[in-house]
Amino acid sequence: MISLGHYLVLGAILFSISIAGIIINRKNMIVLLMAIEIMLLAVNMNFVAFSHYLGDVAGQVFVFFILTVAAAEAAIGLAILVVLFRNRRTINVAELDALKH
Amino acid sequence: MTLEAVLFYAFASVTVAAALGVILVRNSVHAVLLLVLTFFSAACLWLLTRAEFLAITLVLVYVGAVMVLFLFVVMMLDVKYESLRVGFVRFVPLALIVAGVMAAELITVLGTRAQLARSAPGVDMASAAGVGNTELLGMAMFERFLLPFEIAAVILTVGIIAAVALTLRTREGTRHQSASEQVAVRREDRVRVVKVASVGAGKVGPEPDA
Repeated sequence: MISLGHYLVLGAILFSISIAGIIINRKNMIVLLMAIEIMLLAVNMNFVAFSHYLGDVAGQVFVFFILTVAAAEAAIGLAILVVLFRNRRTINVAELDALKH
Repeated sequence: MTLEAVLFYAFASVTVAAALGVILVRNSVHAVLLLVLTFFSAACLWLLTRAEFLAITLVLVYVGAVMVLFLFVVMMLDVKYESLRVGFVRFVPLALIVAGVMAAELITVLGTRAQLARSAPGVDMASAAGVGNTELLGMAMFERFLLPFEIAAVILTVGIIAAVALTLRTREGTRHQSASEQVAVRREDRVRVVKVASVGAGKVGPEPDA
Protein backbone atom coordinates (compact mmCIF):
# COMPACT_ATOMS: atom_id res chain seq x y z
CA MET A 1 0.00 0.00 0.00
CA ILE A 2 1.47 3.32 -1.06
CA SER A 3 1.08 5.88 1.70
CA LEU A 4 1.73 9.57 2.08
CA GLY A 5 5.18 8.75 3.47
CA HIS A 6 6.32 7.27 0.16
CA TYR A 7 5.61 10.50 -1.67
CA LEU A 8 7.24 12.56 1.08
CA VAL A 9 10.42 10.46 0.81
CA LEU A 10 10.40 10.89 -2.96
CA GLY A 11 9.99 14.64 -2.59
CA ALA A 12 12.83 14.81 -0.07
CA ILE A 13 15.11 12.80 -2.39
CA LEU A 14 14.32 15.03 -5.36
CA PHE A 15 14.97 18.15 -3.29
CA SER A 16 18.30 16.79 -2.07
CA ILE A 17 19.32 15.85 -5.61
CA SER A 18 18.73 19.41 -6.74
CA ILE A 19 20.69 20.77 -3.76
CA ALA A 20 23.59 18.49 -4.72
CA GLY A 21 23.23 19.66 -8.33
CA ILE A 22 23.48 23.30 -7.28
CA ILE A 23 26.66 22.55 -5.31
CA ILE A 24 28.49 20.51 -7.94
CA ASN A 25 27.41 22.59 -10.94
CA ARG A 26 27.95 25.97 -9.33
CA LYS A 27 29.64 27.34 -12.45
CA ASN A 28 27.03 26.47 -15.05
CA MET A 29 24.05 28.79 -14.83
CA ILE A 30 21.82 26.66 -17.10
CA VAL A 31 22.18 23.63 -14.83
CA LEU A 32 21.50 25.87 -11.82
CA LEU A 33 18.18 26.92 -13.36
CA MET A 34 17.34 23.29 -14.09
CA ALA A 35 18.15 22.32 -10.49
CA ILE A 36 15.70 24.99 -9.33
CA GLU A 37 13.07 23.42 -11.58
CA ILE A 38 13.66 20.02 -9.93
CA MET A 39 13.37 21.69 -6.53
CA LEU A 40 9.98 23.16 -7.44
CA LEU A 41 8.91 19.76 -8.73
CA ALA A 42 9.78 18.20 -5.37
CA VAL A 43 7.67 20.81 -3.58
CA ASN A 44 4.80 20.23 -5.99
CA MET A 45 5.07 16.48 -5.38
CA ASN A 46 4.58 17.06 -1.65
CA PHE A 47 1.62 19.35 -2.28
CA VAL A 48 -0.11 16.84 -4.56
CA ALA A 49 0.50 13.97 -2.14
CA PHE A 50 -0.80 15.93 0.85
CA SER A 51 -3.83 17.02 -1.17
CA HIS A 52 -4.63 13.42 -2.06
CA TYR A 53 -4.05 11.83 1.33
CA LEU A 54 -5.64 14.59 3.42
CA GLY A 55 -8.56 15.11 1.07
CA ASP A 56 -8.12 18.84 0.56
CA VAL A 57 -8.23 20.30 -2.93
CA ALA A 58 -6.35 23.44 -1.84
CA GLY A 59 -3.04 21.63 -2.29
CA GLN A 60 -3.71 21.09 -5.97
CA VAL A 61 -4.69 24.73 -6.40
CA PHE A 62 -1.39 25.71 -4.85
CA VAL A 63 0.49 23.45 -7.27
CA PHE A 64 -1.28 25.29 -10.07
CA PHE A 65 -0.05 28.64 -8.74
CA ILE A 66 3.47 27.30 -8.21
CA LEU A 67 3.53 26.12 -11.82
CA THR A 68 2.45 29.62 -12.92
CA VAL A 69 5.16 31.35 -10.91
CA ALA A 70 7.75 28.79 -12.01
CA ALA A 71 6.92 29.39 -15.66
CA ALA A 72 7.33 33.15 -15.22
CA GLU A 73 10.55 32.59 -13.30
CA ALA A 74 11.96 30.32 -16.00
CA ALA A 75 11.08 32.83 -18.72
CA ILE A 76 12.69 35.77 -16.92
CA GLY A 77 15.69 33.68 -15.83
CA LEU A 78 16.38 32.53 -19.37
CA ALA A 79 15.95 36.10 -20.65
CA ILE A 80 18.53 37.28 -18.12
CA LEU A 81 20.79 34.39 -19.19
CA VAL A 82 20.55 35.42 -22.85
CA VAL A 83 21.29 39.07 -22.07
CA LEU A 84 24.18 38.00 -19.85
CA PHE A 85 25.69 35.83 -22.56
CA ARG A 86 25.24 38.61 -25.13
CA ASN A 87 27.12 41.10 -22.96
CA ARG A 88 29.78 38.92 -21.32
CA ARG A 89 30.12 35.97 -23.74
CA THR A 90 30.07 33.61 -20.75
CA ILE A 91 27.57 32.01 -18.41
CA ASN A 92 30.17 31.04 -15.85
CA VAL A 93 28.84 32.18 -12.49
CA ALA A 94 32.38 32.50 -11.09
CA GLU A 95 33.19 35.21 -13.66
CA LEU A 96 30.16 37.33 -12.77
CA ASP A 97 31.94 39.43 -10.17
CA ALA A 98 31.43 42.91 -11.60
CA LEU A 99 29.91 44.18 -8.36
CA LYS A 100 32.99 43.06 -6.41
CA HIS A 101 35.35 45.53 -8.07
CA MET B 1 2.69 -5.92 -4.10
CA THR B 2 -0.30 -4.24 -5.59
CA LEU B 3 -0.33 -2.73 -9.04
CA GLU B 4 -0.30 0.74 -7.50
CA ALA B 5 2.88 -0.05 -5.58
CA VAL B 6 4.58 -1.47 -8.67
CA LEU B 7 3.69 1.62 -10.70
CA PHE B 8 4.78 3.94 -7.89
CA TYR B 9 8.19 2.32 -7.52
CA ALA B 10 8.71 2.19 -11.29
CA PHE B 11 7.87 5.86 -11.87
CA ALA B 12 9.64 7.01 -8.71
CA SER B 13 12.87 5.25 -9.69
CA VAL B 14 12.69 6.73 -13.19
CA THR B 15 12.11 10.19 -11.68
CA VAL B 16 15.07 9.93 -9.31
CA ALA B 17 17.38 8.44 -11.94
CA ALA B 18 16.49 11.15 -14.47
CA ALA B 19 16.94 13.89 -11.86
CA LEU B 20 20.37 12.47 -11.03
CA GLY B 21 21.16 12.47 -14.73
CA VAL B 22 20.19 16.14 -15.04
CA ILE B 23 22.84 17.23 -12.57
CA LEU B 24 25.53 14.75 -13.67
CA VAL B 25 25.58 14.59 -17.47
CA ARG B 26 28.20 16.49 -19.41
CA ASN B 27 26.01 17.70 -22.27
CA SER B 28 23.46 20.39 -21.41
CA VAL B 29 21.07 19.31 -24.17
CA HIS B 30 20.99 15.82 -22.65
CA ALA B 31 20.38 17.44 -19.26
CA VAL B 32 17.31 19.25 -20.60
CA LEU B 33 15.99 16.05 -22.18
CA LEU B 34 16.50 14.18 -18.89
CA LEU B 35 14.62 16.98 -17.13
CA VAL B 36 11.75 16.37 -19.55
CA LEU B 37 11.84 12.69 -18.56
CA THR B 38 11.78 13.72 -14.89
CA PHE B 39 8.68 15.83 -15.44
CA PHE B 40 7.00 13.08 -17.45
CA SER B 41 7.45 10.44 -14.77
CA ALA B 42 6.40 12.93 -12.10
CA ALA B 43 3.23 13.55 -14.10
CA CYS B 44 2.61 9.78 -14.11
CA LEU B 45 3.02 9.79 -10.31
CA TRP B 46 0.51 12.61 -10.05
CA LEU B 47 -1.92 10.52 -12.08
CA LEU B 48 -1.53 7.82 -9.40
CA THR B 49 -2.65 10.36 -6.78
CA ARG B 50 -5.64 11.27 -8.98
CA ALA B 51 -4.43 14.75 -9.79
CA GLU B 52 -5.25 14.32 -13.48
CA PHE B 53 -5.59 17.97 -14.39
CA LEU B 54 -2.23 18.89 -12.87
CA ALA B 55 -0.52 15.92 -14.51
CA ILE B 56 -1.77 16.99 -17.94
CA THR B 57 -0.89 20.62 -17.17
CA LEU B 58 2.62 19.59 -16.18
CA VAL B 59 3.15 17.79 -19.47
CA LEU B 60 1.48 20.41 -21.68
CA VAL B 61 2.68 23.63 -20.06
CA TYR B 62 5.94 22.55 -18.53
CA VAL B 63 7.29 20.03 -20.99
CA GLY B 64 5.59 21.68 -23.93
CA ALA B 65 6.53 25.29 -23.27
CA VAL B 66 9.09 25.81 -20.54
CA MET B 67 11.37 22.91 -21.41
CA VAL B 68 11.28 23.81 -25.11
CA LEU B 69 12.31 27.33 -24.07
CA PHE B 70 15.20 25.81 -22.11
CA LEU B 71 16.18 23.73 -25.12
CA PHE B 72 16.09 26.81 -27.36
CA VAL B 73 18.38 28.75 -25.03
CA VAL B 74 20.80 25.85 -24.52
CA MET B 75 21.11 25.31 -28.25
CA MET B 76 21.30 29.03 -29.03
CA LEU B 77 24.15 29.85 -26.66
CA ASP B 78 27.57 28.81 -27.90
CA VAL B 79 29.04 27.85 -24.55
CA LYS B 80 32.19 25.89 -23.89
CA TYR B 81 30.74 23.53 -21.34
CA GLU B 82 34.07 21.93 -20.49
CA SER B 83 35.33 25.10 -18.81
CA LEU B 84 32.22 25.16 -16.63
CA ARG B 85 32.99 21.77 -15.15
CA VAL B 86 36.25 22.74 -13.51
CA GLY B 87 36.10 21.72 -9.87
CA PHE B 88 33.23 19.35 -10.55
CA VAL B 89 34.83 16.44 -8.72
CA ARG B 90 36.09 18.64 -5.89
CA PHE B 91 32.56 19.59 -4.83
CA VAL B 92 31.13 16.05 -4.94
CA PRO B 93 31.91 15.14 -1.27
CA LEU B 94 30.43 18.43 -0.02
CA ALA B 95 27.37 17.90 -2.22
CA LEU B 96 26.91 14.36 -0.91
CA ILE B 97 27.15 15.50 2.70
CA VAL B 98 24.76 18.43 2.29
CA ALA B 99 22.27 16.40 0.24
CA GLY B 100 22.39 13.46 2.65
CA VAL B 101 21.88 15.62 5.73
CA MET B 102 19.09 17.56 4.04
CA ALA B 103 17.28 14.41 2.91
CA ALA B 104 17.54 12.94 6.41
CA GLU B 105 16.22 16.16 7.93
CA LEU B 106 13.33 16.44 5.52
CA ILE B 107 12.31 12.83 6.05
CA THR B 108 12.53 13.21 9.83
CA VAL B 109 10.82 16.57 10.13
CA LEU B 110 7.86 15.66 7.98
CA GLY B 111 7.08 12.69 10.23
CA THR B 112 7.49 10.34 7.34
CA ARG B 113 7.98 7.22 9.43
CA ALA B 114 4.66 7.70 11.15
CA GLN B 115 3.01 8.28 7.79
CA LEU B 116 4.65 5.15 6.36
CA ALA B 117 3.42 3.09 9.30
CA ARG B 118 -0.09 4.50 9.09
CA SER B 119 -0.52 3.71 5.39
CA ALA B 120 -3.93 5.32 5.18
CA PRO B 121 -5.53 5.14 1.77
CA GLY B 122 -5.91 8.32 -0.21
CA VAL B 123 -9.15 10.24 -0.41
CA ASP B 124 -10.89 10.21 -3.76
CA MET B 125 -12.22 13.75 -3.53
CA ALA B 126 -13.58 13.89 -7.06
CA SER B 127 -15.72 10.76 -6.73
CA ALA B 128 -16.93 11.86 -3.30
CA ALA B 129 -18.12 15.16 -4.74
CA GLY B 130 -19.56 13.43 -7.80
CA VAL B 131 -17.54 15.50 -10.27
CA GLY B 132 -14.29 15.15 -12.18
CA ASN B 133 -10.92 16.29 -10.93
CA THR B 134 -10.84 19.26 -13.30
CA GLU B 135 -14.29 20.42 -12.23
CA LEU B 136 -13.35 20.08 -8.56
CA LEU B 137 -10.21 22.13 -9.10
CA GLY B 138 -12.10 24.73 -11.12
CA MET B 139 -14.73 25.14 -8.44
CA ALA B 140 -12.06 25.65 -5.80
CA MET B 141 -10.10 28.02 -7.99
CA PHE B 142 -12.94 30.29 -9.04
CA GLU B 143 -14.63 30.44 -5.65
CA ARG B 144 -12.15 30.26 -2.80
CA PHE B 145 -9.03 31.18 -4.76
CA LEU B 146 -10.33 33.76 -7.21
CA LEU B 147 -8.05 36.61 -6.06
CA PRO B 148 -4.85 34.47 -6.16
CA PHE B 149 -5.92 33.32 -9.61
CA GLU B 150 -6.12 36.93 -10.81
CA ILE B 151 -2.76 37.69 -9.20
CA ALA B 152 -1.26 34.70 -11.03
CA ALA B 153 -2.50 36.22 -14.29
CA VAL B 154 -0.83 39.53 -13.40
CA ILE B 155 2.41 37.68 -12.58
CA LEU B 156 2.36 36.02 -16.00
CA THR B 157 1.80 39.40 -17.67
CA VAL B 158 4.70 40.90 -15.73
CA GLY B 159 6.80 37.88 -16.72
CA ILE B 160 6.18 38.23 -20.44
CA ILE B 161 6.78 42.00 -20.40
CA ALA B 162 9.99 41.55 -18.40
CA ALA B 163 11.28 38.81 -20.72
CA VAL B 164 10.59 40.88 -23.83
CA ALA B 165 11.99 44.08 -22.33
CA LEU B 166 15.16 42.28 -21.25
CA THR B 167 15.95 40.68 -24.58
CA LEU B 168 14.76 43.48 -26.87
CA ARG B 169 17.64 45.44 -28.31
CA THR B 170 17.80 48.33 -30.75
CA ARG B 171 21.01 47.93 -32.67
CA GLU B 172 22.89 50.85 -34.18
CA GLY B 173 23.35 50.85 -37.92
CA THR B 174 20.42 48.72 -38.96
CA ARG B 175 18.92 49.72 -42.31
CA HIS B 176 15.18 50.02 -42.30
CA GLN B 177 12.78 51.92 -44.50
CA SER B 178 10.95 55.03 -43.31
CA ALA B 179 8.03 55.63 -45.63
CA SER B 180 7.39 59.20 -44.49
CA GLU B 181 10.97 60.23 -45.17
CA GLN B 182 10.86 58.53 -48.57
CA VAL B 183 7.68 60.39 -49.58
CA ALA B 184 8.87 63.76 -48.28
CA VAL B 185 12.20 63.65 -50.10
CA ARG B 186 13.06 66.47 -52.53
CA ARG B 187 15.39 66.61 -55.48
CA GLU B 188 17.95 68.71 -53.59
CA ASP B 189 18.30 66.04 -50.91
CA ARG B 190 19.35 63.33 -53.28
CA VAL B 191 20.90 64.81 -56.43
CA ARG B 192 24.21 66.59 -56.29
CA VAL B 193 25.93 68.00 -59.37
CA VAL B 194 29.64 67.43 -59.17
CA LYS B 195 32.17 69.05 -61.43
CA VAL B 196 35.00 66.61 -61.95
CA ALA B 197 38.28 68.07 -63.01
CA SER B 198 39.81 65.95 -65.70
CA VAL B 199 43.28 64.77 -64.77
CA GLY B 200 45.88 64.19 -67.43
CA ALA B 201 43.63 65.33 -70.26
CA GLY B 202 44.88 64.51 -73.71
CA LYS B 203 46.81 61.43 -72.77
CA VAL B 204 43.99 58.95 -72.30
CA GLY B 205 40.71 58.94 -74.19
CA PRO B 206 39.23 61.51 -76.54
CA GLU B 207 39.71 65.24 -76.05
CA PRO B 208 37.03 66.94 -73.91
CA ASP B 209 34.79 69.33 -75.77
CA ALA B 210 35.33 72.34 -73.53
